Amino acid sequence: MLEAKCKTGQTDCITHRPIKKYRIFRFQSIVVECSTSAAIRLLHVSVMTANFCPHDLMYPDSADYPDLRKHNNCMASHLTPAIYAKLVDKATPNGYTLDQAIQTGVDNPGHPFIKTVGMVAGDEESYEVFADLLDPVIKERHNGYDPQTMTHPTDLDSSKLKSGKFDERYVLSSRVRTGRSIRGLSLPPACTRAERREVEKVVVDALAGLKGDLAGTYYSLTHMTDQEQQQLIDDHFLFDKPVSPLLTCSGMARDWPDARGIWHNNTKTFLIWINEEDHTRVISMEKGGNMKRVFDRFCTGLKEVERLIQEKGWEFMWNERLGYILTCPSNLGTGLRAGVHVNLPKLSKDPRFTKILDNLRLQKRGTGGVDTAAVGSTFDISNLDRLGQSEVQLVQTVVDGVNYLIECEKKLEKGQDIKIPPPVRK
Amino acid sequence: MHLSIAGGLPCRMCVLLFSNDKMAKLTIKRLSPEEEFPDLSQHNNHMAKVLTQDMYTKLRDRATPNGFTIDGVIQTGIDNPGHPFIMTVGCVAGDEETYEVFKELLDPIIEDRHGGYKPTDKHKTDLNPDNLKGGDDLDPNYVISSRVRTGRSIRGFCLPPHCSRGERRGVEKMSVEALDSLSGDLKGKYYALKNMTDAEQQQLIDDHFLFDKPVSPLLLASGMARDWPDGRGIWHNDTKTFLVWVNEEDHLRVISMQKGGNMKEVFNRFCTGLTKIETLFKDKGTSFMWNEHLGYVLTCPSNLGTGLRAGVHVKIPNMSKHAKFEEVLKRLRLQKRGTGGVDTAAVGGTFDISNADRLGFSEVELVQMVVDGVKLLVEMEKKLEKGQSIDDLMPAQK
Repeated sequence: MLEAKCKTGQTDCITHRPIKKYRIFRFQSIVVECSTSAAIRLLHVSVMTANFCPHDLMYPDSADYPDLRKHNNCMASHLTPAIYAKLVDKATPNGYTLDQAIQTGVDNPGHPFIKTVGMVAGDEESYEVFADLLDPVIKERHNGYDPQTMTHPTDLDSSKLKSGKFDERYVLSSRVRTGRSIRGLSLPPACTRAERREVEKVVVDALAGLKGDLAGTYYSLTHMTDQEQQQLIDDHFLFDKPVSPLLTCSGMARDWPDARGIWHNNTKTFLIWINEEDHTRVISMEKGGNMKRVFDRFCTGLKEVERLIQEKGWEFMWNERLGYILTCPSNLGTGLRAGVHVNLPKLSKDPRFTKILDNLRLQKRGTGGVDTAAVGSTFDISNLDRLGQSEVQLVQTVVDGVNYLIECEKKLEKGQDIKIPPPVRK
Repeated sequence: MHLSIAGGLPCRMCVLLFSNDKMAKLTIKRLSPEEEFPDLSQHNNHMAKVLTQDMYTKLRDRATPNGFTIDGVIQTGIDNPGHPFIMTVGCVAGDEETYEVFKELLDPIIEDRHGGYKPTDKHKTDLNPDNLKGGDDLDPNYVISSRVRTGRSIRGFCLPPHCSRGERRGVEKMSVEALDSLSGDLKGKYYALKNMTDAEQQQLIDDHFLFDKPVSPLLLASGMARDWPDGRGIWHNDTKTFLVWVNEEDHLRVISMQKGGNMKEVFNRFCTGLTKIETLFKDKGTSFMWNEHLGYVLTCPSNLGTGLRAGVHVKIPNMSKHAKFEEVLKRLRLQKRGTGGVDTAAVGGTFDISNADRLGFSEVELVQMVVDGVKLLVEMEKKLEKGQSIDDLMPAQK
């Protein structure tokens, strides 16, 4: 065992810890048990052991605690020095550490108006091993959902959806998206190249088994032809290497574009991204206002993909406490964002618009996505919540809410007054 | 038998170490080196030229005592297939031990990058400025400014791609203590990036001293920009001729510079300052990373040896358009860059001309090459201005 003695003579500094040993501590107990020749073969005998360890080079946990004074994200709000000290020596079975999980939040202090999450999961176990930090972050981000006491409902029975057809004079398009992770493989911030390739293989194999209106083709980012690339751009399907430092700082863009790709069905209404921010992102979409059909296809497609991977012995990451497990804590539960592009020229100028959306548990974005502003009076309107409500409940919320917005728009057109609705929950 | 285990070994590797029957249970995760090997088919950097499947398979089972692995070494080379102007190295060191533990990969890269430098070669260090001949008379009508830079790493700390926040702060603390005790014309002040006032920041920008968070994906992909701007800062002397960057791409980057062509004075200050700093570190019981074979150890293998780049900004509009310009530079062992640095092209005939080598030549030898070479280039420029030929001035290959 590597011996690094403190110059004061202590091998067992209780307040300090030598730098070299700092990274070895948590694996010590495992090493002690290793006695097989296989173990010795796999270990490298270091030829240059640093025997230099002056006392003032040893680091208590406080020396590694990040400087979060200028930060405004959920991680920074909840990572106290005490929690840091408790979790910093832990690692998931895949070796993922707290420092890795919070790196994106350390590197991206945040924006005064938008509060980002500031941390990611490297694998399914991150949510257990770092629960002391993730649970309060989840509670803050998901409107008080307490992972320690509550359970999350999953419901993909789209037949329960009521009146999901919008007035197409207002609603231009309808879309539902979510993500799914393959149990047993690390998530994008931490996965190795082999694991990422395994995700691609597992998912592409399953998708090849889809039939009927779900039958489609896979386009790997590495191998696509120029023509295929242009078509995907024209269809607004192509995703590229992320540029947002929120994503790149977590390490999820490593080895780009290896094992990344896009699958879509022939009718271009069901689309899957592989190995972007999550193992998979699943998108069902259509022009027009038939949210019911979009949601039907979404549920059917998801269940069929799940069945196909289960045939091969795989499954999705899911548990009762947190629902579907994804890279970003903001996408836990359903990971679902159901939305429409809707034209609301009069309502969007009404000073009560924001309050109406809040009460309906809806969020507005520009039609370019989360980082854009609206152009003209066409908005992307979608559910705010992800965790604590089922898929059916969330899509129903969007359906009811958008119908209400359209009613308001119609009233304003006729010169009638509108009412702010009571809050739909809590 | 002393076994050094890397704490950074992923736990699944540790699980593999238990016994063969447990290994058999790991059917879900297939971690074969063949499946992990990166796709380098589109790549053109030193790492991609050297790394084979066999080599990767062998190196994958190792880690330095600080837990740095082969994937950490090569990540930047995988994420950055190539560069428009230069053949990049494509790998970095996470600590001093990287160069030993991953020898099989790094030795051939070093040999290719540093003009055939062999694993058995010894590197000479010479920081005695009296050994430099001339250099105080480069024509200031052509030579706008002179600069010498190098890097230094503090032994016992991990390098920027791999260091923890605590280590980075430790490097900063030690460096600032050492620099604060400099006196005379080296006396100066430290400006931590995170505590700088707006006024200080503006002044540093105006002086062209301020460095910012790197944007080059070559650097970002190695992880050296983590936790920015924590532990980073700039120190410079009151006369603004000696400057130290703390925790950018290396622990320390040391720069001596001034306007005009007096390279000798720049080099004098460079050597004096460096030697003083090294003495101060030794007094504190530490030292710079250095060994007989690789000289000074830095993050990027391209900066081993002296880590020295001595250069000038020089106006050579005629010479630079001459058909033999590249050939002349090659023979003089010099390199051209734009005045914005390594990632830029030259503007209006003004070039940054510096030594191409880092390892296998001493500091004095490299600065001598720059001094002699730039003198020659200026002579050639003057001839071309007069419409004369430069054929009789063509140098031999150094």
